[in-house]
Amino acid sequence: MKASVGGYARASDLQHALELLSGSDGLGRVLAGGQSLIAAMNMRLSAGDLLVDISRVSELSGVSDAGDRLLIGALTRHVEIGRNPLIREYAPLLSQAVQYIAHAAIRNRGTIGGALAHADPAAEFPACILALGATLHIEGLTGRRDVAAEDFFQDVFETAIGEGEILTGISIPKTEANEAQVIEEVARRSGDYALAGLCLVKRSAGHRLALFSVGPRPLLARSAMAALDRGDLEGAAEALCDDMDPPSDTQASGAYRQHLAQVLLRRAVARIEGANA
Amino acid sequence: MTIEFGNPDRPNSYIGKTVPRPNAGRLVQGRGRYVDDIVLPRMVHVAFVRSPFAHARITGIDAGEVKSVKGVLRVFTGKDIAEVCTPWVAVLAHLKGLKSPPEYPIAVDRACWVGEPVAAVVATSRAAAEDGAALIDVDYDPLPVVTDMMSALDADTPVLHEDMGDNLAFRRLHEAGDVEAAFKSAHKVVSTRFRTARHTGVTLEPRSILADWNPAEGQLTAYHATQAPHMIQTVLAEHLGVPEGRVRVICGDVGGSYGIKVHVYPDEVATAAIAKIMARPVKFVADRLESFTTDIHARDHEIEARIAVEEDGSITAMDIDDWTAIGAYSVYPRTSAIEGNQVVNLCGGPYDFKNYRAQTTVVFQNKTPTCQYRAVGHPIAVAITEGLVDQAAAELGMDPVEIRRRNMFRDDAYPVTSPANMRFEGLSHHASMDKLMALMDYDGLRAEQAELRKAGIHRGIGIASFIELTNPSPFMYGIGGARISAQDGCTVRMDPDGSLVALSGVTEQGQGTEAMLSQIVAEGVGVSPDKVRVITGDTQVTPYGGGTWASRGAGIGGEAALQSARALRESILTVAAAMLQTEQSRLDIRDGQVVDAATGDNRMPLEELGRIVYFRGDTLPKGLPRELVQTRHFITSDYPFAFTNGVQASYLEVDIETGVVKLLKHWCVEDCGRIINPQLVDEQIRGGIVQGLGGALFEEIHYDADGQLLNGSMADYLVPMAAEMPDMVVGHVETPTKESMLGAKGAGEAGTAGAPAAVMNAINDALRPRGAQVTEMPFTPERILRALGVLKD
Repeated sequence: MKASVGGYARASDLQHALELLSGSDGLGRVLAGGQSLIAAMNMRLSAGDLLVDISRVSELSGVSDAGDRLLIGALTRHVEIGRNPLIREYAPLLSQAVQYIAHAAIRNRGTIGGALAHADPAAEFPACILALGATLHIEGLTGRRDVAAEDFFQDVFETAIGEGEILTGISIPKTEANEAQVIEEVARRSGDYALAGLCLVKRSAGHRLALFSVGPRPLLARSAMAALDRGDLEGAAEALCDDMDPPSDTQASGAYRQHLAQVLLRRAVARIEGANA
Repeated sequence: MTIEFGNPDRPNSYIGKTVPRPNAGRLVQGRGRYVDDIVLPRMVHVAFVRSPFAHARITGIDAGEVKSVKGVLRVFTGKDIAEVCTPWVAVLAHLKGLKSPPEYPIAVDRACWVGEPVAAVVATSRAAAEDGAALIDVDYDPLPVVTDMMSALDADTPVLHEDMGDNLAFRRLHEAGDVEAAFKSAHKVVSTRFRTARHTGVTLEPRSILADWNPAEGQLTAYHATQAPHMIQTVLAEHLGVPEGRVRVICGDVGGSYGIKVHVYPDEVATAAIAKIMARPVKFVADRLESFTTDIHARDHEIEARIAVEEDGSITAMDIDDWTAIGAYSVYPRTSAIEGNQVVNLCGGPYDFKNYRAQTTVVFQNKTPTCQYRAVGHPIAVAITEGLVDQAAAELGMDPVEIRRRNMFRDDAYPVTSPANMRFEGLSHHASMDKLMALMDYDGLRAEQAELRKAGIHRGIGIASFIELTNPSPFMYGIGGARISAQDGCTVRMDPDGSLVALSGVTEQGQGTEAMLSQIVAEGVGVSPDKVRVITGDTQVTPYGGGTWASRGAGIGGEAALQSARALRESILTVAAAMLQTEQSRLDIRDGQVVDAATGDNRMPLEELGRIVYFRGDTLPKGLPRELVQTRHFITSDYPFAFTNGVQASYLEVDIETGVVKLLKHWCVEDCGRIINPQLVDEQIRGGIVQGLGGALFEEIHYDADGQLLNGSMADYLVPMAAEMPDMVVGHVETPTKESMLGAKGAGEAGTAGAPAAVMNAINDALRPRGAQVTEMPFTPERILRALGVLKD
């Protein structure tokens, strides 16, 4: 199929992008790396969009040290997330996650902001920032607001980003001493969306466990987190079943996904313990 | 003069060597010319409206809004096309009882699968044609659907085609010996149910055609991504009412076929019909979604099978009950009964036993039609056979290699006829197995497996012997009435500069046919391969031939090339003998020079001979034959097919917590007779193995109960990717066929034939200590866990 596009404009800066969006009568679509949007357009799953290309808005790209937090610009590409030394040191979960994301060509163009705004429930980055307890920065013509990761992901492909707004970046609390972060997933082929996956963060304040590809959005497995905080791994594995109700599709049944999440949790904990041993 | 193939130091020894592919540079530089690259004056594009229902009556088509779309020129319905194009019925006389209703290029009043063309929109661009197609309002009256294979013949299942009486397309029972008695007296009987999933071929280049009707010439020219240009010529001529001689099919570069592009597709014929109506060039290039819904599918089989063995491991009987569902129509003109027929022909293939019963039952259903895809029927038959043999070995406590050695036809037993009535000229099962054992260090791997098992690591080794049908004679299609040539031809000519042009009826699909032909012609005449230009894929230019299918390019097309090249060599030497005033037998051609055969001394370059023949023919004796062009055709006649054989092995690890299989290594030893280009053969084997591994672990087309295709994209239909592929070791045994001077048999499908069975046996080898077994492909992590009893639901 050939894409059917309503229009295209390249924004020169954030203000310009927001103005273009607000002038698009609700048909505006932000184009960043284009790795999901262009594919959807080429299947006419999305047609008639007025594309607002923000890929040249340099202020939205890059990683910076903001004291106790890391600030990651929305246009930072997956490949840069994977090799950035600040991220490797202060948010290693994201560095680890990059190896699971699609293939090199996609990682070279895809952006973290795009992945988060797209909110595919099977994607790695949304679960990562949920596990990390990140804050998302969103701007509109009327101003800037911050949204906690817990409140950002709402449903399949649905987020807290409002009409005319753009996700500009995320802040992540830096790792503490002795903090552990691991991601585990099982996919049919290297680079495929996971059949099930999880991100486990162990901090002095407790565990944070985010699941992906097991529901309509990345899920914080609160009952399992509580069990892990009690040091009860098997209880946590049991509790996972209460934390999710995964769907069945042509790749895997819900029951299999649930089983996988349990296996992956045991592996994630073993990895953390192995690293501490 | 014969060629001393056994002597690697012979002059012009290009056959048997890896030489560069003449078209490789062009293709890797992006200088290829595929159908989609061709742009003709006044060319327009067609997009099809396709049925969203698996079965529905078409009660109305409203195209009112469509013409308002900028660029849209015209809309066609099934009735419009039927006025210039007759329907076809895909049956063959030798497949007794095969039935299928008439099929139209565009559905006339009833759509029978999701994706069947219902209307066509022609516009100045594909995008505009799609915009128009989206506005066509078709009224459908949904009809009851047939989607389940095993209940298709039940009394309460609706009949898909009323005129056919029932949903049975074809059934064949073959019986040899006394099967019941053999099972009754057997030491052990093992029964298993197998399932192979519905696949499709996923060519890199989608199906493409650019059809151009020129009323001034009364000629239809079709630029077509096809494997069989002459067959397509016949089909277009017959159904569009054009004399065969006024249809020209040109097949340039093709981006992979795998059998997908050897069939007649309704949308492609419709495109040609539209070109004839509009008298201008019309292009259709399938997009990926169309490829998944309308390229032929294959391999959708369910099988009940059993094997009887004696205490010493000898096989005494096999009993196979194969079912396959082929979609709504038998595919034209090769028919959709061949795959099931092949299962009957090929099960038990490597083994010397007496009592054999096999039946295939082929039913209609409301899904995309199935037909021949790489290694037609082989992966199914090999999985059944090798799965049964492995299970029998396990029951007997016998090593899987040992049970095979006890049953395979002896290497000195040939010629021999199998219980399925297949005639084997010469195979090498034992030599191949010996070579495999050495290549893989079987005993060492077994020791490693046992050691790792103690550490809770579950590895498996799987073996699969196989036979492969290649070099088909007219027994495959011609005797059934299909105008599909089993013969092929080659014309070789020498031009004034001493360079050669070879025109061949076999085609290049990206697999290296032209490289193979160039080295055969180079050796046959006595020049270097870079002096040979090969032209294939033009029905008005090349000798008439069958094209590329059933691994026939090298064995049939290659032999025609060799014979024509040798004939041209003789013609050249006749002229040379006259010019040099010597006896022809004292001359040879080496590296583009006429030489003294005894001493190898140069006597004359071919370009000097060319100069004299073409520009100073007056200096040659009057009446001297000077035809520097020769054509030869070749057809096999002693055997219906040239069977090849081989054996594959898979080594893998099963993660019993997740069910994930990691392929560690794969081996294939095969015997395709004379190897012309070792690298091309090895890569054919590897590519074939990859497609087989896809079937074993990844590929499965899913439909729901309403006949909706659920995974029509590359994200959801999982093809094998490089990261999951193991290292592959390829070895060869060479048993040339005596039917030809060249001695080549086919090599294109052996990899696909044996790989799924090798993987299945390896997984089951890994699972056996835990009492689990999988026989339903693909072996997904979930299916493996369910076999292990881990998932309870």
